Parts: sequence; structure tokens; C-alpha cells
Amino acid sequence: MKPFTYERPKTPEQAAAAVATRPGAKFLAGGTNLLDLMKLQIETPQHLVDVQDLGLNRIEPTSDGGLRIGAFVTNTALATDERVRRHYGVLARAIAAGASGQLRNKATTAGNLLQRTRCPYFYDTNMPCNKRRPGSGCAAIGGVTRQLAVIGSSDACVATNPSDMAVAMRVLDAKVETVSADGARRSIPIADFHRLPGDSPHIETNLGAGELITAVTLPAPIGGAHLYRKVRDRASYAFALVSVAAVIQRDGSGRVAFGGVAHKPWRVEAAEASLPSGAKGVTAVAFEGARPTHDNAFKLPLATRALAATIAEARPA
Amino acid sequence: MGFDLEFSRRDLLAGSAAAAALVSAPKAGAQVQMQTPASMMPVELTVNGERRRLDLDTRTTLLDALREHLTLTGTKKGCDHGQCGACTVIVNGHRINACLTLAVQHHGDEVTTIEGLGAPDRLHPMQAAFVKHDGYQCGYCTPGQICSAVAVLDEIKRGVPSHAQADLLAPPQPTNAEMRERMSGNICRCGAYSNIAEAIAEVAGAKA
Repeated sequence: MKPFTYERPKTPEQAAAAVATRPGAKFLAGGTNLLDLMKLQIETPQHLVDVQDLGLNRIEPTSDGGLRIGAFVTNTALATDERVRRHYGVLARAIAAGASGQLRNKATTAGNLLQRTRCPYFYDTNMPCNKRRPGSGCAAIGGVTRQLAVIGSSDACVATNPSDMAVAMRVLDAKVETVSADGARRSIPIADFHRLPGDSPHIETNLGAGELITAVTLPAPIGGAHLYRKVRDRASYAFALVSVAAVIQRDGSGRVAFGGVAHKPWRVEAAEASLPSGAKGVTAVAFEGARPTHDNAFKLPLATRALAATIAEARPA
Repeated sequence: MGFDLEFSRRDLLAGSAAAAALVSAPKAGAQVQMQTPASMMPVELTVNGERRRLDLDTRTTLLDALREHLTLTGTKKGCDHGQCGACTVIVNGHRINACLTLAVQHHGDEVTTIEGLGAPDRLHPMQAAFVKHDGYQCGYCTPGQICSAVAVLDEIKRGVPSHAQADLLAPPQPTNAEMRERMSGNICRCGAYSNIAEAIAEVAGAKA
């Protein structure tokens, strides 16, 4: 690791200002992804602003019947919350499907949203990578792409977003609340939070410099069967090849988002209209314009089959 | 938790590029690259019930603080990237990977390592069960396995849900399927998994 200084401010505004004004400063939450990247010198912050003392570790009801999840709430605490298990089961299930027990105890809500891709070429500092070193090229294109994106990718980057939690957040229409150094607050719909790679894959979210996530809000519960199906190379503690987050109502209508397929959680609202008539119609629309490689073309039929299994699971016995 | 920030920056000259530049005349036109100095901070931890004060480079992970500074070498360094679970310790009642967290993040925290769970003359029930069921071969992953297993049983008691659970609203049970899922962050290269599962099941009062 490169040397860095460290501070623990007491308010979100102070934290945002600290990162905005100090060169090379970064927020530190759980650290499970950032420290890993710092050991590999993929991330080399000169200053860390630890957000653990900002009072962002509560889950509270909102005035419109939803929940406000503090940015520092751990993945375990979020999945364990009785309101989340009862009304937002897809979120509890997605979190439980990710990482390991140890990591979920440390990883936070905001940190999970900001985690970097696990593309092997991003991790290998001997390889070109437009995300790690903008303009250096993409070694993944033409390389081993089994885990990588099939849609929304560009000629600069074919990385996937590794989060399970974010896929559930997307299907629940969550919003990301932030504060900036000047005290300005805003709420970003999760659909607009992560970016597609385009020609600037190193810019992964629409957050401004020093903009701090303070909470993620969930709208009032929408009922239905809450399901998260994750297909991976081993039964536990592996990233998704394809995952499906779905909320399906008794009449077969519902919402669906996919993980493991793109640079962001993949949801195409227009595709959901055909959900009552089965998986094929949904994925035909959701994956229109897909650009799979020889290595990962299997993800397209796999997404259809994973969704079909999810729909079958939602049907009342 | 209060934490007054007092940076005691200290240039670590010995062995650094800066020191080398000071003692040897730089060649004409050669770039003398100054390294950013290491930043030192005081950290106070309660480890296995004992208060410990350290002055640490901010880069020191909790794992290195335990092993290299407090000589508690029971906690093992396997992959050092949060993938193997050999470094699992219990912090404020929750199991975490000590390799993926900085010691300075844990100022004021309570840490339990394998040394704090039990000793040869007074084994923790989980340690005794691992011995009885032969839940290891080389033993390197064992401290992490045991710390993890102790915390897993507590997580089940507290109703922390898992991927193996069919009904999110029912209290989780210590079944074999649950143990396998919840212990997936602890890798055993020797493959002692079935014996580990039997050891945990015995302590949980369940059938492996």
C-alpha cells in the first residue's frame, strides 16, 4: 500500500468537504473492496476519510411508508432487519447471495453500491485497462470473457458490475441520497446512479467529486413474491454469471432486473409487460442489442432460463 | 465513539528512496523521487479482554497489528485479500476478515482472536469439538474456521438470514445446509469440511 493519512470526521458535510478539498482523498466505509485494491495499488489514495462516525448506521421509516437505509448500515444488518425481510425480501435475498458472512458483516450499503468490477484484467496491473488507466486499452476484449458483460458494453470496456444488492435495489426503484461539500443534498434514482462504460469506463457513477452517499431510500412496499436467483460457478461465495431479481404479483405481472450481465444492474422496464406470458418475451426485449462474446454467449439463454425458473418459483403452489 | 485525530507524521527514512538520495550524490539530471512519508497514528484496541495501545502506520491491517505488533500469531494470514477466511476474528461480536480492515478503523473496538476463545488447558467447546472430530489436517485454516463457526452459531441465534434459507421470516436452524452456506468464507485446502461440519453440528446440538 502507498502511505496515506486518515481522519474520522463527525458530520457528513465535513466528510464531503474533506474529500472534495484534499487531493487524492477517498471515503473509507467497510474497506472490504477499497483496501483490497489499495494492496494491489490499483487504488492509491493519499488520504482516507473514514465515514463510521457520521451517524449513518440506522434504518428508519420514511414519511411515504418506505425505508431510509443509512449509508453505513452493514449488508448483514440490512438483510437481518425485520422490515427488510418482510417487505423487501428480494433485497435480503440478494444480499445473502453475495460475498461471505465475514464480508457482509463489514461491507456497507454505500460501499456495496460503489464497489469496483472484478474483471480479471482490471485486477491485473500488468494488463492494459481503460478503467484502471484511462486510454491504455482493454485487454478483456479478445481475452477471457466468461464472466464479463453481454450488453451495454463498449469498445473501451466489457466489465460487469459485481453487486447483487444493487440488482435488488434497481428492481425496488431505490434512490441514492447524497450530500456535497457545499452542503447541497440530492436524491438520485438508482437507474441513473451507475453509468454504462461508453468511452469513459473509469467513471462508474454519476456522483460528483467529494459527493458522499448518506442513505439509500426504498419506496413503500409493493407486495408480491420477492425472489433472487443467482447462477454461479460454485454454490456459494462466487460472483454471478447471471442473476435475476424479481418481484412478481399474483396475476403474473411484476418487475425484473438482471445482474452479472452489464456494467450496471440491468433492467428494461418495457420488457416487463410480457412477464405474465413467460420469460422468453421478457429477455427478448431486455437483451435486445446484446453483444456477447464466444465465451459468454451462454449468458443469454441462461438469463431466460433463470428467469423462467424464477417465475415458476413465484407461482403459488 | 470518540476519536481525537492527532497525526504524528514520521518520515521513515531508513531504506527509503529519499534516504538513498541523501547519501549518494545524484547523477546529473537524475530525478530524485521523494516518497510520501508514512503516517503514524495511535490506536487503542481491547484484544481478548486486554487493553492494548499501539502507534501504527495507518497502512497496518488489523491482521498485521495482531500478528506483528501484538504477537498474537494464532490468527493466520492466508490470501491477505479476504478470500480464504484464515484471518477471521470477532470484532464487537461480529466475525470479519482481519486482513481487509485497517487497525485504525478499530480504535476503541473489542477484538476476540483464537487465543481469546480458549487455551490448551481450557478449550472453548468449539475448539474441543474440532479436536474430537478431527476438523483439520494441516491446521492453518483452523483458527479462522473456529472463530467463524463460533460467530455463525451466534448469527443463527440472532436470526441473521442466509442464502440457504427458504423462508426469510422463519428463524434459521443449524442444519448442515445452513452451516455449509454460512461457512463458505472459510476455505480448507486439506478438505476437512465434513469433519468441520460435524464439529460445528455437535456444538450447535444438531445433526451434521
